Amino acid sequence: MQDSEFNIETIEALDTEGHLQRPLPEGLADRDKLVDLYQLMVLSRVFDRAAINLQRTGAMGTYPSCEGQEAIGTGIGFAMRDDDVLVPYYRDVATQIHRDVLMEEILLYWGGDERGQNYQRQSQDFPVCIPIATQSCHAVGVAYAIKYRKQDRAVVTTCGDGATSKGDFYESINIAGAMGLPVVFVVNNNQWAISVPLEKQTAARTIAQKAFAAGIKGIRVDGNDPIAVYAVMIEALERARHDHQPTLVEALSYRLSDHTTADDATRYRDAQEYDEARAIEPLIRFKRFLQNEYDWSDADDKALYDDCDDRVKKASEVYQATAGQAAGEFFDHMFAELPTDLARQKKAWLDAVKHRG
Amino acid sequence: MAELTLIEAVNQAFAYEMRDDKDVVLLGEDVGVNGGVFRATDGLIDEFGSDRVVDTPLAESVIVGMGIGMAAQGLKPIVELQFMGFIYPAVDQIINHAARLRNRTRGRLTCPMVIRAPFGGGIHAPEHHSESTEALFAHMPGVRVVIPSSPARAYGLLLAAIRDPDPVIFLEPKRVYRLGKQDIEDNGEALPLDSCFVLRDGIDVTLVSWGASIKETLEAATELSQLGIDAEVIDVATISPLDIDTILDSVTRTGRCVIVHEAARSFGAGAEIAAQLASEGITSLLAPVKRVTGFDTVMPLYRQEDDYLPGVSRVVEAVKQSMEYR
Repeated sequence: MQDSEFNIETIEALDTEGHLQRPLPEGLADRDKLVDLYQLMVLSRVFDRAAINLQRTGAMGTYPSCEGQEAIGTGIGFAMRDDDVLVPYYRDVATQIHRDVLMEEILLYWGGDERGQNYQRQSQDFPVCIPIATQSCHAVGVAYAIKYRKQDRAVVTTCGDGATSKGDFYESINIAGAMGLPVVFVVNNNQWAISVPLEKQTAARTIAQKAFAAGIKGIRVDGNDPIAVYAVMIEALERARHDHQPTLVEALSYRLSDHTTADDATRYRDAQEYDEARAIEPLIRFKRFLQNEYDWSDADDKALYDDCDDRVKKASEVYQATAGQAAGEFFDHMFAELPTDLARQKKAWLDAVKHRG
Repeated sequence: MAELTLIEAVNQAFAYEMRDDKDVVLLGEDVGVNGGVFRATDGLIDEFGSDRVVDTPLAESVIVGMGIGMAAQGLKPIVELQFMGFIYPAVDQIINHAARLRNRTRGRLTCPMVIRAPFGGGIHAPEHHSESTEALFAHMPGVRVVIPSSPARAYGLLLAAIRDPDPVIFLEPKRVYRLGKQDIEDNGEALPLDSCFVLRDGIDVTLVSWGASIKETLEAATELSQLGIDAEVIDVATISPLDIDTILDSVTRTGRCVIVHEAARSFGAGAEIAAQLASEGITSLLAPVKRVTGFDTVMPLYRQEDDYLPGVSRVVEAVKQSMEYR
């Protein structure tokens, strides 16, 4: 392959000023849909900031922000069907909210309570995955099950750019190609793996080109543009469902936050680079687009933010009012039935708790 | 009823369960057309097709990780790792995901999967093909570790493992894959998990073992009987969760215990059994608990492997030492 063939075009719909560069995709061709798209991005942003505040005030544990990456999650969420399966990493708040994971559940999980991953309205999606790239393998298995049962569904799994250095990522895209599985791998290329920038992560000019080694399609998309992400995902999901062809989507974005609330990005991130990234972040751009094309007013915008504030506030209240788990509850979910010795360990623990009063 | 070796019993259990349950899918390296390097899956691709007996790329982590995804969708994957020495790339998937999926979703998603690997020494195999590292997995909460020691127990325990709603690491002692045959009725009857099997009743000493070492342990018991020492022999079978009650019950009667395993001694499963006997059965013990095990060395290449493996004479000697305590 010639070097020039590695030049993968980045698909865009909106320029940084919010001007539409190509016709809207079919599923987004009306104002209401586009406002819905914007609303999910705003809701994710408002939720994210509230989550950070909860951590800062001691009401929640460590939390990984997704600020700057809302357009990726939103585009994915709108492109997926309800019966598709999401196998996420930990910056997929937008997609998860759109797929009926409750915001209070997300807070509950980061607040140290496993029940936050027992999603009450989402039975099939995987919980967020903390160990890097391991979830790619699970997505492959879900896709195999779908294909085995001849179902018209597909799987989307996400990861960051750092994850693409890992064996599990390569093993997964390779096996998905070899077996022809209905799965879409979306890389949130936010340029950072904690403090390590992309140029130290790989000599590959793009992450999308890693698809070539696996014999699958690789696409690059502007990840700050939810319309472009949506269009790319619709196409990739169709290819997955109908042709059982996997796709690797590299979505270009920038992590506008610290890695987590336990991190301080000013230790390693160039201030000017950050300012430049902030200037082209997805929410500003999309608001301009709505203003340019759909008479979106500041009053509309304020009403939307107020509504999102209310929803997040309610979720936060539900989270903070959630009663703790019963003592010794953590023994109960290791196996379908509590093994004899574990039952004894639980009883001894409960007796000791009771004894202490 | 047919006379089967252990490996044939494994094959028969697969076939029985696959006929009975379309959700059972086998996957791994060389399991399809080749029927597995030990022939565990021999002929199954012909009966069940290549979408149920799946040749995978050579990538252990995704083989197990993919099994987790399949299991979360309600399939019952049986994944084969060709040798235990090659299970380690998949340990991340086993410990961080298979063992925790039920717990971390509070039962919303579960992982009914069997992870098989041939293990242990004694077949003059190349480097990395002979280790016994069951304790690594027995230490991890959330997975069962099951080891058969005979064709009948391979058949019954494997069926139980496939039907179990949680992940089971099923380690097959390859040294005894073809050592002897047993009559097995292919009736789909499972044996209980989480239970030891008492293979020989005795009153003087309790011998505890599992896997291929059961062979030497039973031979030692026969030799000891000629010396007038009547040994009880227990096959642990499910290493974790451990059925300590059966072992305690026996040691309460005999007062003496010798544990035999191929794996290195320190921090092995024998140490856990000895610790439980010390904490729960100390008043019954007439002698210190002895362990006859592999050594805390790298498994030697095959010219010296017999020196490493706990043979009959080491077991007999340990029992004699135990009997000296009055």
